[in-house]
Amino acid sequence: MSSYEARFKVWRGDVQGGGLEDFKVEVNEGEVVLDIIHRLQATQAPDLAVRWNCKAGKCGSCSAEINGRPRLMCMTRMSVFEREETITVTPLRAFPVVRDLVTDVGFNYEKARQVPSFVPPADLGPGEYRMMQEDVDRSQEFRKCIECFLCQDTCHVVRDHEENKRAFAGPRFLMRVAELDMHPLDAAAETGLDRKATAQEEHGLGYCNITKCCTEVCPEGIKITDNALIPLKERAVDRKYDPLVWLGSKIRRRSS
Amino acid sequence: MSVVERQEWDVVVVGAGGAGLRAAIEARERGARTAVICKSLFGKAHTVMAEGGIAAAMANANEHDNWQVHFRDTMRGGKFLNQWRMAELHAQEAPDRVWELETWGALFDRTKDGRISQRNFGGHEYPRLAHVGDRTGLELIRTLQQKIVSLQQEDHKETGDYESRLKVFQECTVTRILKDGGRVSGVFAYERETGRFFVLEAPAVVIATGGIGKSFKVTSNSWEYTGDGHALALLAGAPLLNMEFVQFHPTGMVWPPSVKGILVTESVRGDGGVLRNSEGKRFMFDYIPDVFKEKYAESEEEGDRWYEDPDNNRRPPELLPRDEVARAINAEVKAGRGSPHGGVFLDVSTRMPAEVIKRRLPSMYHQFKELADVDITAEPMEVGPTCHYVMGGIAVDSETAAARGVPGLYAAGEVAGGMHGSNRLGGNSLSDLLVFGRRAGWHAAEYAAAQAFERPAVSDLEVDTAAAEALRPFSAEGPAGGEREGRPPENPYTLHQELQQTMNDLVGIIRREGEMEQALEKLADLRVRARRAGVEGHRQFNPGWHLALDLRNMLLVSECVARAALERTESRGGHTREDHPTMDRKWRNINLLCRLADPTGGLAATDPEHGQITLVRETTDPVRPDLLALFDKEELVKYLAEEELYQ
Amino acid sequence: MATGTEPHLNSGGVHTGTRAAIAAPHLRTDRWWLAPAATAAGLLAFVVYSTWRAFANADYYAAPYVSPFYSPCLAENCEPMRAGPNWDLFGSWWGVSPAIIILIFPLGFRLTCYYYRKAYYRGFWMSPPACAVAEPHKKYTGETRFPLVLQNIHRYFFYAAIPVAGILTYDTVLAFRDENYEWGHMGLGTLVFLVNIVLIWAYTLSCHSCRHIVGGKLKHFSKHPVRYRMWQWVGKLNARHMLLAWTSLVSVALADFYVYLVASGVFDDPRFF
Repeated sequence: MSSYEARFKVWRGDVQGGGLEDFKVEVNEGEVVLDIIHRLQATQAPDLAVRWNCKAGKCGSCSAEINGRPRLMCMTRMSVFEREETITVTPLRAFPVVRDLVTDVGFNYEKARQVPSFVPPADLGPGEYRMMQEDVDRSQEFRKCIECFLCQDTCHVVRDHEENKRAFAGPRFLMRVAELDMHPLDAAAETGLDRKATAQEEHGLGYCNITKCCTEVCPEGIKITDNALIPLKERAVDRKYDPLVWLGSKIRRRSS
Repeated sequence: MSVVERQEWDVVVVGAGGAGLRAAIEARERGARTAVICKSLFGKAHTVMAEGGIAAAMANANEHDNWQVHFRDTMRGGKFLNQWRMAELHAQEAPDRVWELETWGALFDRTKDGRISQRNFGGHEYPRLAHVGDRTGLELIRTLQQKIVSLQQEDHKETGDYESRLKVFQECTVTRILKDGGRVSGVFAYERETGRFFVLEAPAVVIATGGIGKSFKVTSNSWEYTGDGHALALLAGAPLLNMEFVQFHPTGMVWPPSVKGILVTESVRGDGGVLRNSEGKRFMFDYIPDVFKEKYAESEEEGDRWYEDPDNNRRPPELLPRDEVARAINAEVKAGRGSPHGGVFLDVSTRMPAEVIKRRLPSMYHQFKELADVDITAEPMEVGPTCHYVMGGIAVDSETAAARGVPGLYAAGEVAGGMHGSNRLGGNSLSDLLVFGRRAGWHAAEYAAAQAFERPAVSDLEVDTAAAEALRPFSAEGPAGGEREGRPPENPYTLHQELQQTMNDLVGIIRREGEMEQALEKLADLRVRARRAGVEGHRQFNPGWHLALDLRNMLLVSECVARAALERTESRGGHTREDHPTMDRKWRNINLLCRLADPTGGLAATDPEHGQITLVRETTDPVRPDLLALFDKEELVKYLAEEELYQ
Repeated sequence: MATGTEPHLNSGGVHTGTRAAIAAPHLRTDRWWLAPAATAAGLLAFVVYSTWRAFANADYYAAPYVSPFYSPCLAENCEPMRAGPNWDLFGSWWGVSPAIIILIFPLGFRLTCYYYRKAYYRGFWMSPPACAVAEPHKKYTGETRFPLVLQNIHRYFFYAAIPVAGILTYDTVLAFRDENYEWGHMGLGTLVFLVNIVLIWAYTLSCHSCRHIVGGKLKHFSKHPVRYRMWQWVGKLNARHMLLAWTSLVSVALADFYVYLVASGVFDDPRFF
């Protein structure tokens, strides 16, 4: 494969306004969209703002929307497009724009703070933790998350409804709740914190209508909906909608 | 000059990778109000790229392991140039640092009895690396990040403000350490989003900015690795130690060109991957150096048996320390036995079932599939050396991580020098971050507390000078000093590319005297041109401007590397001289210190001929006898000079 | 960058004032509408067919086959089925098609199923029609309030689906008779019933609630090795929940249609032995 000239439309501007700008730019074999953005910086638009770090799909910085789909620019190969195609790159459209392809992802950091942290068991010191692999597997899958926030961006609950940002933590942080609730040694319950109930009461689990876009865009291939959100919904049902479970726990508590 | 916002903190940590976050946690837990400044978003630091694991002698996988063995491996790996006290503290404290992570929520892979699983790695005698698949760095950074959030939640409960005692300034860059007399008084920084300047006043500053890899063309490092901390320390008057030692990781991707340099984790070899040349030969058996002869297998059969029965067999030479493997690959490619794209073959596909590969090396599988269209369960990877890590760094006190000669300045992690000697073992960087990150935070907090009643002051003059320096790229059109008018400003991206090419070609993995002299000339030229690096647009999130500012740091650091490499006339670890191909015992106890030639800090007057750096030789303290006693005499003879042996 | 940005309260979705100014509601260039359109068409086709058949109250029994839509048959107006699943629990007051009594359960099971929810939220309600394609609604509260909060009772329908699947299994066993109720025979219909019952069970057991109940709710798998096995097994099925949802939907309609063809005399059940 030789190099060719591709047509790009890149959104440029800031919170005051902006628009799609046309570029013609060289593309070489094996390149990804981020390479092209870098070439634009080096040759045509030195102040084109873009966030990136590792360029290997490990840090989750270069999230953007390419032809309308939320993706990592460093993991989108140019070879998936036709040569004639015009490729449109815009910033994430669920968050406030800062400049060009950079958005203010502060929403996510704010939500991260609202999830109560891991509670270490009181009776175990460092080095005394014993956990079986099968017990950590589930939470480990969620900890693969690179916090690219593509799931947060694509989730229609906040993407299409700004006002829901207050009540809804988004898939990334509901998954964090699930991760902690499935952690074999998390002692939140002992301190009176019921993550199953707060998932719904405080983090807005009920807003999720499991339409699976978070799973669809996850560059790490985490099964967010099937393995985190739905199990969390079922756990919330245990607490709030299942009288059998409720009765059972009442009886057990009385007898113990 | 405009009024620059000022805030008061006790400890400022520059950098939010593993070392920076660990330092911040420690400082905050010891009562210091702590600010963390990072160039990227919180949680994106380069530490996430670490794949293999955290080396710590917990003895979960092999009961014979202990800190002494780990110390011994570290010294061997570093060819005895390590600051031995750091290596000792590191080996002793690493297990506690790993266990502590579990109490903050980390989930490592487990052994059958539920303890932390440990894997093999190059240069480590026993399986020692606590790991999570091949994304250990991500687990580390996320755990520290979440610990910081949990401390902020505590503060919120008490004070109503998440950031009352511990605040992260995301996407901000420090351009100067400020000083009051000899002491540190704070930092000058800009915010990327707005381009606004601000000053954090603090008696103690911890530098944890990582490495310098972005000065090289083929590198596994991200854009942040521009040697900021190294340069900040130099400019603040602290010396850098042994900057000639740059680690080239033996296995980076070589194809396609746009991903050249991206890391292929050493776990691939630790878990059974083998290196072959174009003739299909496992060439590493030909490259076992004398000092390692007794420790490595002589035949493929023995090497293969070792994976199952490590007590009765010797390890395969693919697991030699990184410098050895990188040189061997380089030599094979040069001899014309390389792969089609100029690397060698790294093969797991014939060694493990596809399912096992996918489970144990998920991100490698993903990386090759996505970026190179290569299915590593079915075909070999093509790999070659890539600039990965700098062993050299800020000269620090082994116990306290305090930088030499600048009270209030501390350094930890890759930016600090000494711990790894001439070559770092895989897995030792993550443990280094934790051990010395904690020590830096601890001593910085103590020092800051002692300064509470006579806090150093930040002078307006210093702030104005820093601001003027930072704004220069916007007015670069004017003629440079002593030159005629009319020259257009330089493009910072072009300058950066030329710098990377220079360092890669002339001060790369194999070095020659003439080439390094050439490099110094080229660096001088670039330095002059960099003063005219100009940028378009305004201060709001302007990457051209950021790069123009980073160039100062990369040029300073590159000069340190080139000068020190020219001076050291031997080959040792991450420093290979074609004209001095052997290790020389006389150099064993010599450290090279780089200092700023013009300590007033003004870079304006630098003479292109002499450059900005002066080099000083220093003899190290002899290794403590009880530590030396951990080695056989025959082995020590290979490293230590006569007089050192019989002291 | 600030960590504590207050969300703006005006609801303009992607056109909210602070976001990048892009007029188009989405910029997708692929055929994103294909999946929701196909889903909607498929579901609609089934709804039309099943409504017709459920209210038809005819042609649902051709010995030895009973349509899965009418099994078990619980009213007096059911056609007699020898040793078949008709138990007159409702008596003579039930006037309309007896299918209605029993269809409530599989309907509820599928209506509250996590896969079908996705399918009809996307396909019919367009909430969202596809990823990163703006939805047309002004307000959205998801499953936080009535009536959608009722989706949380999915596990009860799962409990109910088990006896229903059990009865359909019984029907399949009965299909190993011939039209004279002699055992040891098999026809094409038997095969159709077999395929259907396997798919019905697979769909039922691959249910997310089932996965939760058998093991997902546990904190320590290591202390419950048997349930852990079951959880893994259900998990494997669960990964194909969508596929099973569609195939079992088609197979149940086909089984019914087969019975209809035979009962209405369109064609005779080919017997194998």
